[in-house]
Amino acid sequence: MRIRTAGVVTVLGLALAASGCGGDNSKDEPAAKATSPAASGKLVIWADDKRTAALKPFAEKFGQENGVTVEVQAVSKDLQTNFVTASQQGSGPDVVVGAHDWIGNLVQNGAIDPVQLAAEQKSGFNETAIKAVTFNGQLYGVPYATENVALIRNTALAPEAPKTIEELVATGKKLKAEKKASEILCLQSGQNGDAYHIYPLYTSAGGYLFGTAANGDYDPKDLGVGKPESIEAFTKIGKLGEKGDGALKRSITGENSIATFTGKKCAFLVSGPWAIADAKKAGISYDISPVPGFAGGKAAQPFVGVQAFYVAAKGKNKALAQEFVTNYVTTPELAVALYQAEPRPPALTAAFDQVKGTDPDLAKFSEAGKDGQVLPAIPAMAAIWDPFGKAEAAVIGGADPAKTVTAAGKTISGQIK
Amino acid sequence: MSTLPGPGPAPQAPGRGPARSGPPDTSRTARHHAPITATGLAVKVVLLGLVAGIAIWAAFPLVAARLWGGLAVLAATTVGLCYLYLTRRHIPAKYLVPGTIFLIAFQVFPVLYTASTAFTNFGDGHRGSKDDAVVAIETSSVKQVPGSAEYALAIATTGDPATGPLVFLVTDPATGRVSAGDAAGLRPLDAADVTVAGSGRVTAAKGYTVLNVGQASVRSEEITALVVPTSGGAVRSNGLSRAYEGRAVRAYDRGCDCVTDGETGKTWTADPDAGAFVAADGERLAQGWQVGVGFKNFARVLTDPNISGPFFGTLLWNFAFAIGSTGFTFALGMAVALALHSPRMRGTNLYRVFLILPYAMPSFAMLLVWRDMFNTDFGLVNNLFGLGVDWFGEAWSARLAVLLVQLWLGYPYMFLVTTGALQAIPKELTEATSVDGASPWQSFRAVTLPLLLVALSPLLIASFAYNFNNINAIWLTTEGGPFAPDNPTNGATDLLITYTYRLAFGAQGAEFGLAAAVSIFIFAIVATVSAVSFRRTRQQEEVYS
Repeated sequence: MRIRTAGVVTVLGLALAASGCGGDNSKDEPAAKATSPAASGKLVIWADDKRTAALKPFAEKFGQENGVTVEVQAVSKDLQTNFVTASQQGSGPDVVVGAHDWIGNLVQNGAIDPVQLAAEQKSGFNETAIKAVTFNGQLYGVPYATENVALIRNTALAPEAPKTIEELVATGKKLKAEKKASEILCLQSGQNGDAYHIYPLYTSAGGYLFGTAANGDYDPKDLGVGKPESIEAFTKIGKLGEKGDGALKRSITGENSIATFTGKKCAFLVSGPWAIADAKKAGISYDISPVPGFAGGKAAQPFVGVQAFYVAAKGKNKALAQEFVTNYVTTPELAVALYQAEPRPPALTAAFDQVKGTDPDLAKFSEAGKDGQVLPAIPAMAAIWDPFGKAEAAVIGGADPAKTVTAAGKTISGQIK
Repeated sequence: MSTLPGPGPAPQAPGRGPARSGPPDTSRTARHHAPITATGLAVKVVLLGLVAGIAIWAAFPLVAARLWGGLAVLAATTVGLCYLYLTRRHIPAKYLVPGTIFLIAFQVFPVLYTASTAFTNFGDGHRGSKDDAVVAIETSSVKQVPGSAEYALAIATTGDPATGPLVFLVTDPATGRVSAGDAAGLRPLDAADVTVAGSGRVTAAKGYTVLNVGQASVRSEEITALVVPTSGGAVRSNGLSRAYEGRAVRAYDRGCDCVTDGETGKTWTADPDAGAFVAADGERLAQGWQVGVGFKNFARVLTDPNISGPFFGTLLWNFAFAIGSTGFTFALGMAVALALHSPRMRGTNLYRVFLILPYAMPSFAMLLVWRDMFNTDFGLVNNLFGLGVDWFGEAWSARLAVLLVQLWLGYPYMFLVTTGALQAIPKELTEATSVDGASPWQSFRAVTLPLLLVALSPLLIASFAYNFNNINAIWLTTEGGPFAPDNPTNGATDLLITYTYRLAFGAQGAEFGLAAAVSIFIFAIVATVSAVSFRRTRQQEEVYS
């Protein structure tokens, strides 16, 4: 009997000890509030792996300057989904870093709040970047970098930048005939297409995705896919495909397109700033120019994507998050540091000018994106990617453009609520 | 569980009665005298302590969220567990309860949760409650009042920095005038009473304690909640150093259960069936909420031509894929196992090591490697054999390719289990058949194969069920493709699960409700197939054993 009582007492003791580990945080806070002068709030930031590393020193500096704790947590996979789910459960961060085309989905899930920037702060940013983070007339994030694709060419094989896609194909074919290259153009498609990379050609051939509403936003009711313009555009793309010029091929995928270029098997690559590191490593002499359009066609407009900081709507420390995002992220030092972690053109004009001198590629990418279109952030855009890409792949493979694009348009409009 | 009291002859069910002689309660008396070892007691105390610790840890969030029902379940479970292992009775329950709890937590609960989700519109845009949606709509409509000032802000209090009532000290940058604001409104402060820094922020004010960032950040929620009413709208904090005059353009009215836009006058009325605010012209506000939709998701699976149209074609290929993956891997694995089982074989261990290799590599990575090996222009398969086959571009070649990949990935497992089962078949049986004059093939057909199948059928059924839902094998190779030009929603190698995944998560955000409904259909199919197979296996076992 005595031994059992001892057991019960021990059980209770252990229980308290075990729960002590979990109870720590909740007990600390009120205690700190009441007594300690070093009382401080905590700011939690979620970003992907690369940006986490770049952000850490600056977040720590912000923390030290202001006497708060800042935690940068890396979420390496499905950051957007994880953020939405965690916010819903109340375990999300205060600030999240991500692409601007998340905004539509984050807003419909009530996961982010608008941010208020003063007029003079706004004017410090690249205009396109501000436009990208504006949704339903509200500013939802503070941009820090822009990105777009351009034509990267191997200057040893093709010294001159082609002015039209026809010129590019002619050069590519010549190089192929001379056995200097095995492909005309490295533009990734894969079996299921790649809407992002084909978009400059699609716009040059006259196609569009969404019309523009009165307030300047994209209008999901005016869908361009399936319209006669888009059929015409896909017909032109089809002519570059496997049954035509052979410049566009489904065998060129996201995994092998950069490698094929750095392996000197093709003279032209359509890609973004992320490809430059590989090209440098392979010792290729390269140059960057805008993606050329069809002769006599419209301008080839790449998508412009923007990376931004968002204030979580259900964060525990919203005031501090707003302070960080609107007053700290808007300083050029942080933008330059993030650029050094991954070379994408900074969205802050001051930061861009600062790094422009040391990196000539930057200005060229930015030049290539000058005519670009902001990647639509409306939730309807999510319905575009998959059917549009598959239509692209089918047309490149030689399918009938009219039938393919009409079906894609029907699928997309069926998915837009 | 090792928490049982002492070793002893305990596991004898009370009530069933001892097989030995004597009155029924001798066994209980015997248990009373079973020694309590120090190890047994220590293990028991530690484990029960953990249980109680976890319970207390889990209780805090439940109390915070006011989920009294959940708290009651938690308390009852914990008390029940402690009682069960502190008493000497209920021996069978001591064995059964841990497994049952894990079964409920990790099997029954997820299944019930999935089933209940299938009856809702849970998904992107419909995740939270109606109140959440209203808050989101109102906060996202807060706009700066046109032409209003951007204030420099200092957060202050009239009392203790940690608990005193909060006051906004705002400086108008144009006039340099400082005002103090709280829920009652703005009132100007005497310029002589305040010290203003170069940035325009107040650093000290008579009668107020200005909070530093650290102190203010602790009271973040109060700061965000503090709204200072003005004639045009309200002064709100924007971070800790700036404030602006903003106005929520859209407001919810409980009376009409609608949201009204103050600028355009447009109203959106709540639609409790759709879980969204809908305007007269059919426009929906993006922020919706979760509602029950009854059998709508199930009806959609059956009636939506986009879903039900290709359903049977996909189902057919799904069966072909699962049967093919299981059948081919089993055939190859068994053939290899039989070859290596032959006593005339030399160096079998070395062969076995090589044969196991594909099994030892992570299938995730291998699937991606195989995908690239089937590339038309750059792939190893075409380059090695000098082919120009567009493997993933044609329906039948793509199907063949995924089955080949499955064969490579799966045969080592079948080889392993067959090797094990073969060693359990007595040699005398096959020797007897050869004495009777049977050919090796006859002896295999009549003796070895049936005995193998008795042992391996459950594994084959499990392998079938696994491959029936093998999303990785398809998603990481063909992604369901190739797709017919006129139908981008359903590809030649789509399984039901990849097809569902694309439907539920591919298009406009995630639709968990629909996904749950489809997975219930898939569950029904797999459960039926498995049940039928197990019944047939049992009959087979009765014949051969």
